[in-house]
Amino acid sequence: MSEDRKFRWVGTRPIRHDGIDKVTGRAQFGADLSLPGMIWGKLLRSPHAHARIVSIDTSAAEAIDGVLAVVTATDLPDDDPKVADLARNILAREKVLYHGHAIAAVAATSAALAERALDAITVEYEVLKPVLSLEAALASGAPILDEARRPKDMEDTGPTNIAARCEFSRGEPESAFAQADVVLERSYETQMVHQGYIEPHACVVQTKEDGLIEIWCCTQGGFAVRSLTASVLGIDTSRVKVTPSEIGGGFGGKTTVYLEPVAALLSRKSGRPVKMVMTREEVFRASGPAGGAKIDLKVGATRDGRIVAGTARMWMEAGGFPGSPVQAGAMCIFSPYDFDHLFIEGFDVVLNKPKVAAYRAPGAPQVTFAIESLMDELANELEIDPIDLRLANAAKEGTQLPYGPRFKAVGMIETLEAARAHPHYAAPLGKNQGRGMAVGFWFNNGMNSSADVHLTEDGTAVVVTGNPDIGGSRASMAIMCAEELGIDVEKVRPVVADTETAGYTDVTGGSRVTFATGWAVIEASRKIASELCIRAAKIWDCDVEQVGFSEGHCLPVEGSGLDHAPLSVADIAKQMARTGGPINGQAQLNARGAGPAFATHLCDVEVDPETGKVDVVRYTAIQDVGRAIHPSYVEGQIQGGAAQGIGWALNEEYVFDEAGRLENPGFLDYRMPVASDLPMIDAVIVEVPNPTHPYGVRGVGETPIVPPLAAVANAVMAATGVRMQSLPISPPRLLERLLGAGDV
Amino acid sequence: MAKLHVETSVNGEPTEFLCEPHTTLLDALRNDIGLTGTKEGCATGDCGACSVTLNGRLVCSCLVLAAEVSGQEVGTVEGVADAETLHPVQQKLLEHAGLQCGICTPGVVVAAKALLERDPNPSERDVRFWLAGNLCRCTGYDKIIRAVLDAATEMRA
Repeated sequence: MSEDRKFRWVGTRPIRHDGIDKVTGRAQFGADLSLPGMIWGKLLRSPHAHARIVSIDTSAAEAIDGVLAVVTATDLPDDDPKVADLARNILAREKVLYHGHAIAAVAATSAALAERALDAITVEYEVLKPVLSLEAALASGAPILDEARRPKDMEDTGPTNIAARCEFSRGEPESAFAQADVVLERSYETQMVHQGYIEPHACVVQTKEDGLIEIWCCTQGGFAVRSLTASVLGIDTSRVKVTPSEIGGGFGGKTTVYLEPVAALLSRKSGRPVKMVMTREEVFRASGPAGGAKIDLKVGATRDGRIVAGTARMWMEAGGFPGSPVQAGAMCIFSPYDFDHLFIEGFDVVLNKPKVAAYRAPGAPQVTFAIESLMDELANELEIDPIDLRLANAAKEGTQLPYGPRFKAVGMIETLEAARAHPHYAAPLGKNQGRGMAVGFWFNNGMNSSADVHLTEDGTAVVVTGNPDIGGSRASMAIMCAEELGIDVEKVRPVVADTETAGYTDVTGGSRVTFATGWAVIEASRKIASELCIRAAKIWDCDVEQVGFSEGHCLPVEGSGLDHAPLSVADIAKQMARTGGPINGQAQLNARGAGPAFATHLCDVEVDPETGKVDVVRYTAIQDVGRAIHPSYVEGQIQGGAAQGIGWALNEEYVFDEAGRLENPGFLDYRMPVASDLPMIDAVIVEVPNPTHPYGVRGVGETPIVPPLAAVANAVMAATGVRMQSLPISPPRLLERLLGAGDV
Repeated sequence: MAKLHVETSVNGEPTEFLCEPHTTLLDALRNDIGLTGTKEGCATGDCGACSVTLNGRLVCSCLVLAAEVSGQEVGTVEGVADAETLHPVQQKLLEHAGLQCGICTPGVVVAAKALLERDPNPSERDVRFWLAGNLCRCTGYDKIIRAVLDAATEMRA
């Protein structure tokens, strides 16, 4: 379906339409709205990582002058099993399951008063032993978070902290290992990390006298907030309206709700609009980080570098409630490679840490750290160039994925070849420096999208979708509309609308907006083009079959015998009223065929042998994006994802004390990369068009965070001879290994 | 407790407001003065989203008490552009796509402008270390750094 066509706007770099508002401070983010009569909500959070709630007494808080509402879990219904966990994560009911778990909320006339009123709430706890590691969660006799829960897809073994199991298998891996000349069996570990969006969660919520709820919040999906809030409150979805603010980063972490249902309850009780804004500390302690993982991996290959078999067992932290992305990880781990015999098993494990949420390619960075570290070791062992080893096993069109389907056209080989041809790969290295490479894979998603395009009487267009613009998607939508209508991209106004204005759309996530919502924009714009032809036929008093549309003009088709000067979009727009009325295009789809995206990353590090500090000195990220609609924002996704992956590899980790208190809930101690930590990141775009999409678009945003963990670790290995199988490669951890390197 | 009355100048305009003794400049700007362009990312001076200038000097407004700005000159992102023209730092951020979500952008604009007023010809390393206090989680900094260097070039011309 992808068309071989010459584009006018696709592939250009216009200034984003919301740009001026964002460089001048005018853009309104989650915490920026204030309403008349607005009051402030604050949450009381658990001081224990694991405890039974014996009683909660809010009467003293309620008696404080200026406190207008207090709520606890008993203010929420508890009759929908589908949202039982979500509701309990928002306000704890029987137990608190992590330090910082919300228990009660207060709304008062000032934020400071609300904060003080929290101290007046008395909670009696029966403190339980916390479960703080995968090992502790799985140990026999471990404290069980939920005695009643039984694992999904698994034999009932009684109470357990395993919430679910998944398995994928093909062939006879155990016997196939006998055909291998080399078999490597290794264990890998990663820690809990946070998305690190700079904007804390925030909302303003008004519950009105008739029970209608209006929410303003920073979210990746207004419709997701609408349905989740309605479900948690036990009301009809149509009783909730969500207006998404501008969003200050999300990376998957803003695809669920924390504050909105609580603020709705506080507003219902007080009759006032309620604003809630998390502090940075609350974001770290009680939003949805990405879980740590343990991966046991075994891969066998022949002397000439062909993989014959692989097995993987993995455990991922879900936090206090089930829902780690272990299944996605299990589906990803062997997907870059084409071999016959495999077995993959994954376990979703609950423990006393915050409930995880999505984080950019959920599950893939952890498992790819494992497989790409092992592939590096295999290349060394076989004395084969690491790119050649991957090429020898690379997935391509027709390769069957471990979970069943076969790849259509994909660009793994193309990114590897681009990496080998890149000057970076052959550049000389300095003292204490080393080079690593790794590949990455992510499925990408399609899902539901809608788009409305309205033609203005001057021939310009307005594009309305419901997808919050988290990284330049307004510009992409405008480009695609301009491409179809043949008008200037500046003449398109892209709008992100509320849930009662835009048609339904799934979240801005899964690398899906430019692919799926963009596709809806293309279809809606094509409907306008068709309607323009109908109008031109009316103006010319001819059959519509005699009218064609090209480059922004209606013109007589060849052989029609008509002799008219072409009519531009603006010419026809001027005559809309006389030719049949307004011209609007609407389209919706449940997009299938999101093309998977492969990337190859090259990383050079320099290691200080005295301190163990690792500096990334050169980085190249090559990715198949299908078709780059706005190359600057495509590069931006690639560079930003690489930077997050570098942070994950080198420094980022949740550090808990033995009581389960997070010890580094701030940006000073949770050390994300700053400008002086990084080099320029060379983003190289490879375009292997996605055969499903009209322009060939694949999702872009998630894949770039997949390769860096291993690319960095492999570079550290090349620089020092030390292979780090546990992240992060922070100075104390690496220094310990460097000092003991002789023993390894 | 009676509120404090503060008379100050914000973006060159005389401004007065009432605040509690513990109110930060960040909260006063956002909640009392109504200038929400200055953002809160951490409230502990680690992220730079709340960058403003105080008598021309770059500060984190979350670490300044509102009462302290009495008689001082505060500069915020809202004062960076002229009525009709963007500052070169703003223009170059747009041209280089040096922003994705845009939440760190006001702080980056204020900080980069302050850098170029001190040093019209910074190296890449200078820009990286000056902006090390402005966290951006979206861009990997590449396009921000290029935008600031390009703005410097244009301002020197």
